[in-house]
Amino acid sequence: MNPTDLANQATATAERALALAAQARQMAEAVAPAAQAAEPFLLLLTIFLLACFVGYYVVWNVTPALHSPLMGVTNAISSVIVVGAILATGLGDSWAAKFFGFLAVTLASVNIFGGFMVTRRMLAMFKKKG
Amino acid sequence: MAHTLSSLAYLVASVLFILALRGLSHPETSRRGNLYGMIGMAIAIVATLAHPGMGGGGLGLILAGIVIGGGIGTVLAQRIQMTALPQLVAAFHSLVGLAAVFVAAAAFYNPESFGIGTPGHIHAGSLVEMSLGLAIGAITFSGSLIAFAKLQALMSGAPITFKGQHFLNLGLGVLLLVLVIAFVATGNGLLFWLIALLALVLGFLLIIPIGGADMPVVVSMLNSYSGWAAAGIGFTVGNLLLIVTGALVGASGAILSYIMCKGMNRSIVNVLLGGFGAEAGSTAASGSGGPARPVKAGSPEDAAYLMKNAGKIIIVPGYGMAVAQAQQVLREMADLLKKEGVDISYAIHPVAGRMPGHMNVLLAEANVPYDEVHELEEINPEFAEADVAYVIGANDVTNPAAKTDKSSAIYGMPILDVERAKTVFFVKRGMASGYAGVENELFFRDNTMMLFGDAKKITQQIVQALQK
Repeated sequence: MNPTDLANQATATAERALALAAQARQMAEAVAPAAQAAEPFLLLLTIFLLACFVGYYVVWNVTPALHSPLMGVTNAISSVIVVGAILATGLGDSWAAKFFGFLAVTLASVNIFGGFMVTRRMLAMFKKKG
Repeated sequence: MAHTLSSLAYLVASVLFILALRGLSHPETSRRGNLYGMIGMAIAIVATLAHPGMGGGGLGLILAGIVIGGGIGTVLAQRIQMTALPQLVAAFHSLVGLAAVFVAAAAFYNPESFGIGTPGHIHAGSLVEMSLGLAIGAITFSGSLIAFAKLQALMSGAPITFKGQHFLNLGLGVLLLVLVIAFVATGNGLLFWLIALLALVLGFLLIIPIGGADMPVVVSMLNSYSGWAAAGIGFTVGNLLLIVTGALVGASGAILSYIMCKGMNRSIVNVLLGGFGAEAGSTAASGSGGPARPVKAGSPEDAAYLMKNAGKIIIVPGYGMAVAQAQQVLREMADLLKKEGVDISYAIHPVAGRMPGHMNVLLAEANVPYDEVHELEEINPEFAEADVAYVIGANDVTNPAAKTDKSSAIYGMPILDVERAKTVFFVKRGMASGYAGVENELFFRDNTMMLFGDAKKITQQIVQALQK
């Protein structure tokens, strides 16, 4: 094999590699938006699943005598939905968003105060006696 | 920077919520746990209010909502009687569900607030999450309303069943799925509200066939739903705190439902399909037309005499005690007996009452020390050593047929081994069978004495006899 052939072959290979690289780049650009959208979702999903496991192990440790207060507390903290409601009311610029946001803030607040208070009342009764 | 700070605040709040649940592993640490929960919630709210771009007009609305809602919640929580706790919790669950529906609506009309698109052009992924939060929220809302109505006796606690019920529910479920797919494809506002409406109807239909004594499962399940609804909204608006908390609550409710089902030896599907007790009840009613079997009926004075001379007494409370509000006088009776040197303990079946842990709260309210109150596995071996078992307001959970009679509706259900005690006192208004519609074999045993009457009155009469 003479040097010229070798050089030609090398050039052809280099050109093919260049074309492939361009193609790969095009493909990467095409999937980028999807990947960008998928990544935060996957992150949220991961956190969600891990939180499910944490909940599972923590709740199995709750003594059966305190199952009613457990419902009270979980009810109160599930009203953390108030965070979404506050954002909707405060950042919204349509009357619909403000209206629904306000209703949600009010309902969730009933729950937050009611849930924690009633749990406190219950737990106050579970004191060691005489 | 502001974003990092609020994320950090949400992280702290999540950890505090986990600690709040952790605290409930023992009564002594539980109060601190509740405090952690309150602090976590306060941090979450303040961090959200500090969000950049929080406008003046909106801020006023938010504070008004918190003051109005907080006021109502505080008054409700302070006024409620402990016997009415299950319906209060059901009502609270419905509020979480409705709040989820409203947040989903706000996000739909103003998606820019959460960076999920512009009106009419919301990302498909966000639409999926939104419709999930919306549908679960609406089901939680109407389902909890029905549970509330049944517990508050605004409607009959009896299962409401009709022909083709399950097919109807299945059909509506499939329809809901179709609507969600159409909504995600088009982002149409009418479809949004159709999903909400259909989910409301579905929540209503899912709970009406479930009878009163299955309410512990229903209340736990709705507790779980309210968590999943919060998580769904969390995915929609991309908020980690909502997702973590929703998952915690969802898992908690699911575990409670599982424990309740195990306490009845029934599958969750069996409970949800409903109609339990209705069918068995009719056969029991026809059976009672036969010759009546003899039972021994006693007087409160007999009971007082026997109990005074007993060494060990186990008290078995059930929902009937809550209905009669007999917990206070029951504790008085126990105090008098303790003065006579009698050893007193309480046995609680997992599904006693109308919500998980209902009996424990009522006894705690009546100042019964929590270390005298025992769970089923713990106390069952002790019945054999007990001189007296005092059953007040419980029925099915003491029926020995659950262990022996394979044809019984409650076969396989774990029961309290009341029949092993030397003498069993059964406080009961009449000979009617319990929720499962099964006659309790225990009534006809030689060592059983029936005390016919109202739970509170009978116990009061025993207290009077003991004081003499």
